[in-house]
Amino acid sequence: MLDRRDTVARLLQDRGDLLVVTGLGSPSWDAMAAGDHDSNFYLWAAMGSAAMTGLGLALARPDRPVLVITGDGEQLMGLGGLATVSVARPRNLTIAVLNNGRYGETGMQASHTAHGVALTRVAAGCGIEDVRVIESLDGVDGLRAGLRGGAGPVFADIRITADDPPKVLPPRDGVYLKNRFRAALGLGTI
Amino acid sequence: MTEPGTDWRHDIYGVLKRAGISLIAYVPDAGHAETIQAANDDPDMIAVPCTTEEEGIGITSGAHLGGTRAALLMQSSGVGNCINTLAMVSMCRFPFLTLVTMRGEWAEFNPWQNPMGQATEAALSLMGVQCFRADRPADVVPQTEAAADMVFNGDQACAVILGQRLIGRKSWTK
Repeated sequence: MLDRRDTVARLLQDRGDLLVVTGLGSPSWDAMAAGDHDSNFYLWAAMGSAAMTGLGLALARPDRPVLVITGDGEQLMGLGGLATVSVARPRNLTIAVLNNGRYGETGMQASHTAHGVALTRVAAGCGIEDVRVIESLDGVDGLRAGLRGGAGPVFADIRITADDPPKVLPPRDGVYLKNRFRAALGLGTI
Repeated sequence: MTEPGTDWRHDIYGVLKRAGISLIAYVPDAGHAETIQAANDDPDMIAVPCTTEEEGIGITSGAHLGGTRAALLMQSSGVGNCINTLAMVSMCRFPFLTLVTMRGEWAEFNPWQNPMGQATEAALSLMGVQCFRADRPADVVPQTEAAADMVFNGDQACAVILGQRLIGRKSWTK
């Protein structure tokens, strides 16, 4: 079992031109703990939408690697989206699910993955070819090394410890997050 | 080649193209069939079929983050699936243009379409999406153009409501 903060810090190490979308809750705190960045877009709601936001971004910017970092509960709410990702075939999209089998923000209740639902089998069944279960930092390094490989979409089920590290809260003004993300890409407001 | 205004199904795609849209997310509906076909046939359009309508909100929002204009096509039943996800549009003021084909409001055969169909505009309004209705063929182009202007210039989330009377009766006999 991996430490979630170590995992996300490792994924975002030397990130360069990487564009990042995070699902609501703990994955956003993890990305913020690794260092706030103009090219991070943190979702604070719209549960189930992290991978879809990453998909839209990846399709709009095929020249840039896009990484979605979300949790098992968030991804479970958008399982159909994995079928949509598979059909859209964004070569530059990686979806990393931090899977602790828990709903961390609501009291650590067991999620479906704690009861045997295998996200990688869902993703593979949807037709995503590169699916991985990651249980070591070497696996995390391998995932990071492939972010620019252009062989996506990649779906990674990263097994993390079910703990609850201190919250590190990112900005929650959505317009600010949107505008700074776009500005970093040289885009204007509206 | 049909005259503009005489074939609204044919005209919608041109309006979307002229508005600078280069990504169309959709859940199929008969009323959108021509637009969906045109999007899939156009090498300059990214056509993204969704399994459920709220996926399209993430996709269009993500596209905007990357500098691409996008629209979402759905049936009225799909509006109900979108409610919670529309918080993202509201909070971030993402440009959101959706075209909604109506059921449950005019010459409906399937009563199960009525509850959501009759709540569609109110539900969109509750979530801050302005509705532009088209019930006659001549309304479709100007209403869609007006909605696109409101979205991409006026910074207002908008839905074009393509009325069931416009679309016509669905055949249940074959």
